[in-house]
Amino acid sequence: MIDWILMALDYLVGIPFLGWGASIGFVWKALLMLVVLLVITAYVLLADRKIWAAVHIRRGPNVVGAFGLLQSFADLLKFVFKEPIIPAGADKVLFLLAPLITVLLALTAWVVIPVDAGWALSDLNVGILFVLAISSLSVYGIIIGGWASNSKYPFLGALRSAAQMVSYEVSIGFVIVTVLLIVGSLNLSDIVVAQQEMGLAHALGVPWMNFLNWFWLPLFPMFIIFFISALAETNRPPFDLPEAESELVAGFMVEYGSTPYMMYMLGEYVAIMLMCAMTTILFLGGWAAPLEIAPFTWLPGVVWFTIKASMVFFMFSMVKVFVPRYRYDQLMRLGWKVFLPISIAMIFVVALVLQITGWGWNGGVA
Amino acid sequence: MQGETMNDLLFDYLPIIIFLALSAVIGLALLVAPFVIAVKRPDPEKVSAYECGFEAFDDARMKFDVRFYLVAILFIIFDLEVAFLFPWAVAFKEVGWFGFWSMMIFLGILTVGFIYEWRKGALEWD
Repeated sequence: MIDWILMALDYLVGIPFLGWGASIGFVWKALLMLVVLLVITAYVLLADRKIWAAVHIRRGPNVVGAFGLLQSFADLLKFVFKEPIIPAGADKVLFLLAPLITVLLALTAWVVIPVDAGWALSDLNVGILFVLAISSLSVYGIIIGGWASNSKYPFLGALRSAAQMVSYEVSIGFVIVTVLLIVGSLNLSDIVVAQQEMGLAHALGVPWMNFLNWFWLPLFPMFIIFFISALAETNRPPFDLPEAESELVAGFMVEYGSTPYMMYMLGEYVAIMLMCAMTTILFLGGWAAPLEIAPFTWLPGVVWFTIKASMVFFMFSMVKVFVPRYRYDQLMRLGWKVFLPISIAMIFVVALVLQITGWGWNGGVA
Repeated sequence: MQGETMNDLLFDYLPIIIFLALSAVIGLALLVAPFVIAVKRPDPEKVSAYECGFEAFDDARMKFDVRFYLVAILFIIFDLEVAFLFPWAVAFKEVGWFGFWSMMIFLGILTVGFIYEWRKGALEWD
């Protein structure tokens, strides 16, 4: 019994270099992951504003810290010192629970993301199913918040948001199925590894040209659909209908202020980063270097992962700047009448090609 | 041996619970902070529902478009379909042509239903 408790403590809070425990406790790893995630979110927010400003030929935030580097932390302080307002007609418990749910779900999905070989907090054998499940749940945070506010704009915003998120979730699901067809595993690390082991570069006899192996090439239409659906799934412009300023003021967030509002923003940006990470894992080879030759392989995998995810985020930002907002009927048409038929057809095509060639397109490795 | 693998399986999920608990602590701390720190001076205007400066006209839980329900129903159908496709996709290498055609018949039936909905105008938003 004592042994068992010691083992559990070692697993949870062990600190080997202080002479206690055999491995670094999981709690410390998880805390490190959370802190890194939150700090990166702060800078992702800043980067988003800076990119937006740069396209407008403005400076963006540049007062707090050098180049505005501390802007997000100043914002955090400001939010904490703001008066928290709960509307008189609101359902108080649900009203406060909703932003918490949003943040929790957005953060939890990161448990299974492998940022380098073996660097996932939990290398779940059903990793991608877990991510899909958690990201479908995130619609609850929004719809609960919109309903609990007991106000018209949030209510309409929440309805729109729920319909939009579930619509694009379907195409994301189908896109993931096509990737699974090729990989044959739900484990996220397996998906990354499979992208090094097969592909065009192997077929051409130049296996070191890693970037030709990744799934963005054979599944290019799915890559595009996934990217656009990810925009819609995270309520990013041009699909930010739930919070379209000109129609719904701020959508489901109208009644929120202070840290509950900040938690919605935090959840949204963490979810955006998750989508960038998922794009990297599914289509851009995860932690692998683009060319398997000397100067590129010197960088550790986590750096490549960050670079790729940042590039995907840069595309997210540029889309926000360049593309005008969709009308709601256009949004639903795109989701149901364009993406859904294409992705169902692609499942047929991918499965047929794999079945006929007998996984031949990858040079027989898998 | 069987018990061992079952434990390993559960062991994968333990980190998720711990991570969830840790993020709940951080989230709760953020949520509670302004209630502790910030000045609170509520007045009836401040806590009334926002409606562009007007008094609220009527109840906010109003009737809404039935198409939102339709989208939800369609979502359930297609998300279930995705849930069926997941195990099939993972086992695709083993199931061969028989597995391929069985799933294609299933997809075909759903596609017929989808075409019917499309023709019926369930996907129109105007």
